[in-house]
Amino acid sequence: MARPRKTLLLASALVYLFLYIPLAVVVVFSFNDSRLNAEWVGFTWKWYDQLFSNPQMLQAARNSLIIALAAALLSGVLGCLAGIALHRFRQKWLSALVLGPVAMPDILIGVSLLLTFMLFNIGLGSISIILAHVSFCIGFVALAVQARMSGMDDSLLEAARDLGASPWQSFRLITLPLLLPGVIAGMMMAFTLSIDDFVVTFFTAGVGSATLPLEIYSMVKIAVTPEVNAVSTLLMLLTLVLITVLSRFSPQSLRS
Amino acid sequence: MLEIIDVSRRYGEYLALRDVNLRVHAGEFFTLLGPSGCGKTTLLRSIAGFDHPDSGDILLDGKSLLHLPPEKRPVHTVFQSYALFPHMTVADNIAFPLRMAKLDKTEIARRVEEVLEDVRLPDKARHYPQALSGGQRQRIAIARALVNRPRLLLLDEPLSALDAKLREQMQIELINLQKDIGITFVYVTHDQGEALALSHRIAVMNQGEISQIDEPAQLYNCPGNRFVADFIGQCNILDGTVIESHSDRVDVELDGLGRISLSAHIPANLHSGERCALTLRPEKIRLAKQLEANDAELHFRGQVHDTLYMGDVTIYIVELGEGVKVEALLANSAPGRARLFDPGDTVEIAWHADAGHLVR
Repeated sequence: MARPRKTLLLASALVYLFLYIPLAVVVVFSFNDSRLNAEWVGFTWKWYDQLFSNPQMLQAARNSLIIALAAALLSGVLGCLAGIALHRFRQKWLSALVLGPVAMPDILIGVSLLLTFMLFNIGLGSISIILAHVSFCIGFVALAVQARMSGMDDSLLEAARDLGASPWQSFRLITLPLLLPGVIAGMMMAFTLSIDDFVVTFFTAGVGSATLPLEIYSMVKIAVTPEVNAVSTLLMLLTLVLITVLSRFSPQSLRS
Repeated sequence: MLEIIDVSRRYGEYLALRDVNLRVHAGEFFTLLGPSGCGKTTLLRSIAGFDHPDSGDILLDGKSLLHLPPEKRPVHTVFQSYALFPHMTVADNIAFPLRMAKLDKTEIARRVEEVLEDVRLPDKARHYPQALSGGQRQRIAIARALVNRPRLLLLDEPLSALDAKLREQMQIELINLQKDIGITFVYVTHDQGEALALSHRIAVMNQGEISQIDEPAQLYNCPGNRFVADFIGQCNILDGTVIESHSDRVDVELDGLGRISLSAHIPANLHSGERCALTLRPEKIRLAKQLEANDAELHFRGQVHDTLYMGDVTIYIVELGEGVKVEALLANSAPGRARLFDPGDTVEIAWHADAGHLVR
């Protein structure tokens, strides 16, 4: 009994190390008082100070937040409607259609969106990035909402109608409040995906609309500076907080 | 007050309702009884407005309901799953129909409090439905459906989720509630015992059609056809052929039992040679080692084939010869008597010539 358990513990410890050592390195070096990511010299907040006085970086952060918020809100509304439709019509091809962009390779989505924006003469900038992010976030919200819907007793809506509520009232007073945890979970997922996204954003961003991941990439092209470590650490922290809150809201939608 | 006129409903090839006609009187406890798939729930949903008949009409107080959406019908439903809103407290659940009817706040609070008293759960107002027991949820669901005084209350198998003990208690509560408030109930169930215990009248349904509408005792004692006889309670159904029909009795050749003369409940216009069946309740059959002869009774001798000990009674399945089996029962009222006869024993059985009911 004892031996297989020990082996299991060791194996999982190794896997976790593999997963988290690279992240830990970034965090550690973001506090390192040296230009080189080579050896530990001493603790410093210097790189964070530089980061917060770098106007380009701050602009990118602002862009990222605005885009992620807008993408989360938009895909929240659209994904909620899509999720309800998926539940109500129960067509296999319908869910494939909504979830398609989720499974599609990012590079493909990026290229095809770029072509589409060119075709319809939509200027590249924040708007185009938001639209692009919404396109692959709807599916996640729809999934979370659909899961809530299928856990919901259909007779609740009939009861509401029966007791005198119009279709709109029964949606507003019964369906929406019951779906809300699913919608919020989906929107947080969308926010996380949007703020992290690089590939799709790379194709759909215009001048002056660079997001944090794009900004980091352009800095790394020269060298992995400690500022990059610092901004990466902050981004990591934000994502971590979101994931924690998200898992509180609906553990099952995160697992799927 | 409620009239169902020639209502039919078809789902693709499947005929859920076929020319259903019935009338429910004001203040009545009316039950739709039948096996699953007989159309009783479809009919109930049509009255509530969740399903639409292909043809026919549904009138309430002489006015057609069919063009009204569910929320505009003065009819409320108690759902099988109770359908209490999980994100609202008990008080908010009960207040829901009142809010929809746009009553003012103080009136709503007063009515909610009043109805919570009626169902004896005044201290549960702030609780959420998940924190209540099955029986309590049931009462809240009924309170919510009754709070703004519908013309008609529809109940869709409301007791099926409760255990046997609680169900009996709720049955008594339902009967008393209905008596007190005087609202017409239309009750759907597949449980014949429940239907007999609760209803003023019962419509037995089978395959989308109404088999018989009658009072419980009439339905039990004088089933109109084989289906009703078989569905309601235990019943022996003995097939036979009419030999001759007289005004006060009919001579019948029962398969495997020979010719007998029956004197009660004879359907009109029986023809000689027509197939028929004698429906006979087990409790109407006498069973003993030896029975004294009696001219008013029909006597048979048989062999005990099987026994079923039920606690209060024991059921004896007696073979009367040529594969004809009859169920009879004896109460186990004498102390220490678990069983009077064993399989293989020879016994005599008898029943009154007017004990059964002849059906086509």
